[in-house]
Amino acid sequence: MTSHTHIPTQMIRAIRSARTQCEERGVIQRECAAIRAQFRQADNGGRSHNLAKLLYVHMLGYPAHFGQMECVRMIASPRYSEKRVGYLGAMMLLDEKQDASLLITNSIKNDLAHSNQYVQSLALCTLACMGSAEMCRDLAPEIDRLLRASNSYIKKKAALCAVHIVRKVHELGELFAPAARSLLSEKNHGVLHGAVVLIIELCERNPETLERFRKTVPDLVQIMKGLVLSGYSPEHDVAGISDPFLQVRILRLLRILGRNNEGASDAMNDLLAQVATNTDSTKTVGNAVLYETVLTVLDIKSESGLRVLAVNILGRFLLNNDRNIRYIAMTSLQKIVGTDHNAVQRHRGTIVDCLKDQDASVKRRALELSLALVSASNIRSMMKELLLFLSSCPPELRAHAASGIFNAAERYAPSQRWHIDTMLHVLITVNTDRATRPAALSHMGFSPSRLTSGCPSAQSLVQVACWCIGEYGDLLLRGDCQETEPVQVTEDDALDALETVLQSHMSSPATRGFALTATMKLSTRITDNVDRIRSIVSIYGSCIDVELQQRAVEYNALFKKYDHMRYAMKKSTCPLYLISPPPPQSVQLHMKAPSGDSLPARGTAKVTQMVVLNNPNKVGLTHTHTHTQKGEHYLNPTNHLPMSRCYHNRL
Amino acid sequence: MIKAILIFNNHGKPRLIRFYQYFAEDLQQQIIRETFHLVSKRDDNVCNFLEGGSLIGGSDYKLIYRHYATLYFVFCVDSSESELGILDLIQVFVETLDKCFENVCELDLIFHMDKVHYILQEVVMGGMVLETNMNEIVAQVEVQTRMEKSEVKLSRPSG
Repeated sequence: MTSHTHIPTQMIRAIRSARTQCEERGVIQRECAAIRAQFRQADNGGRSHNLAKLLYVHMLGYPAHFGQMECVRMIASPRYSEKRVGYLGAMMLLDEKQDASLLITNSIKNDLAHSNQYVQSLALCTLACMGSAEMCRDLAPEIDRLLRASNSYIKKKAALCAVHIVRKVHELGELFAPAARSLLSEKNHGVLHGAVVLIIELCERNPETLERFRKTVPDLVQIMKGLVLSGYSPEHDVAGISDPFLQVRILRLLRILGRNNEGASDAMNDLLAQVATNTDSTKTVGNAVLYETVLTVLDIKSESGLRVLAVNILGRFLLNNDRNIRYIAMTSLQKIVGTDHNAVQRHRGTIVDCLKDQDASVKRRALELSLALVSASNIRSMMKELLLFLSSCPPELRAHAASGIFNAAERYAPSQRWHIDTMLHVLITVNTDRATRPAALSHMGFSPSRLTSGCPSAQSLVQVACWCIGEYGDLLLRGDCQETEPVQVTEDDALDALETVLQSHMSSPATRGFALTATMKLSTRITDNVDRIRSIVSIYGSCIDVELQQRAVEYNALFKKYDHMRYAMKKSTCPLYLISPPPPQSVQLHMKAPSGDSLPARGTAKVTQMVVLNNPNKVGLTHTHTHTQKGEHYLNPTNHLPMSRCYHNRL
Repeated sequence: MIKAILIFNNHGKPRLIRFYQYFAEDLQQQIIRETFHLVSKRDDNVCNFLEGGSLIGGSDYKLIYRHYATLYFVFCVDSSESELGILDLIQVFVETLDKCFENVCELDLIFHMDKVHYILQEVVMGGMVLETNMNEIVAQVEVQTRMEKSEVKLSRPSG
């Protein structure tokens, strides 16, 4: 008992029962062959459901172009059921670039003048979807006629059809302007809505038309007042609001008309205030209207009291249970944080609370907005919140948050100590394998013990710290920093810290390597404790870790055989060792300057140093000493200690 | 304007696709897949707005979607549409379907795809919102359904 007005269920059942893609393809191929055959036959009354079957197949992604001509034939049929599916087929399968679409122009023309309004509406719908520029030019006068003299059902469709025509043929906007204007006195909401959409299109395309339509602001205000203040109207009521869709649309038009124009903005000021205060915000539909009102107020030349009211509404939205409301409120606040900064600042607390929202999109917006709201006066409290956020934020936001925090810290830091503390906090929290801004760390005083004990499990942080101690040890020991409480660091302190790292069972082999190298570097930067360094280094000469052992042995050799070179290297103030490991296995840390280049060592010589971390595999390193500019390193799968040489690298 | 309306189920199978801008067939299917991919990995308690995928593209476009039981209703719109308004419109559309099919479910969309299109045509036309009053929409749909049925009665085919 398949109904002839519906797609036969057998075909769909057959397709759905296919268990594999291949089987489905087979079923569809068979069905399409049958449909093709049917198309070729004379009219047997089942044409409409054949085309409907084809459209179903098309939706699943299978080719259906052979049905194009059938659509043309069906559109020309006198039967409503066939016209209906024919027009639907044309909209799905044809576009104006295809020849077949030309063939339906005549049918559309005829059907626009049909006695049955539902046939007219089919033609209007198809024209609005796929009408070519020629078709539009041809049929525009007919549409204009329908805009003026027909029933509401047709008028509203003609209005949207006119929008499409204007998009295709801009000059025709002039033709429709008068009719659009008179439609504003209609009572039917569907027609009003269509008229407003058309007027928006006309105004956006042509500034002169926009000028002329400014005169309609009083009429629009009247219509809105009717909607907002009228009593309960069952016909248009949606959760207590009268036709929220129409209200939103009119508000959009008012925004366009009021933009950059004092007169128009004044004329709508009271109305906007009324809508903002009277609209019930407990239901979602009310919020759509309120939101549109806010956007309009902020976009036109509204008076400051109204603007503050608008921002306050956005602030209230931030507290709404509905995530969508919170999200769009934040989007809007972001847009105006530049122009209405103070008004937005008043809601900083709520915005910062949204950093804790569960929704990642809301979090992201809250982060952007929070960073935009940071200023010299709120930096301390804001940073607390931002750091808290950083510790629990989703991974995809981490980099952005960290860099935003660094920027804010740099701009508004109340003191250098605070700045350092904040950056340390970030590094500890984030523990990524990108050392951000170690230069800043090293140019200001810092407490090595704080760094190395800050978080023993934050290997990359400890590595950074060790490197900094080694490289800038003399700065550190000079105690040269402008802090409120300068920390006096002795050579013993520095060596203690490094030894702690070396001995800690939490340090990874790579970290120990760093600590050892830093210890060695300090031997040229300190004066009193060289022996202590020598003993540390020689202890590790028999370390179980091959990498460490090898380094220690080499450094020992440096002490013994090349002592003179050791100081010579120091004098040239170039870094002693370039350790460039083989391809990393998992973690790699580059020490990079903010610019992204290698960090320049201190001193007058132009030297760069790349310190690369890796998880050492048990492969040995061969260092070769060359007289050329660059040292070279080769990776050998070897179990024995390679020949030990040391070299220096100067660029 | 609305660029496309896509309805697909939790496995990405399309149940209704309507593009208001021309895309070649294979591109249409790619867009469906990409949209499904974007929308299906969203949690149920996040907001209903997404930046559009790269194919249906353009920075001005976003995806606004609602998830009902086994179906996703996705509207791809540009900035001329109110986001909250579109969310409400999706609700209107679904409620209309519910009225026309009496407790609509996915099977109704599968077996009566054409009827769903005709209902949609009373709500959105040429990518623009046409009618939002549910009673009006339902009334017009019913008149047209009756027209089709009576036509069939008059010219009953012999096969």
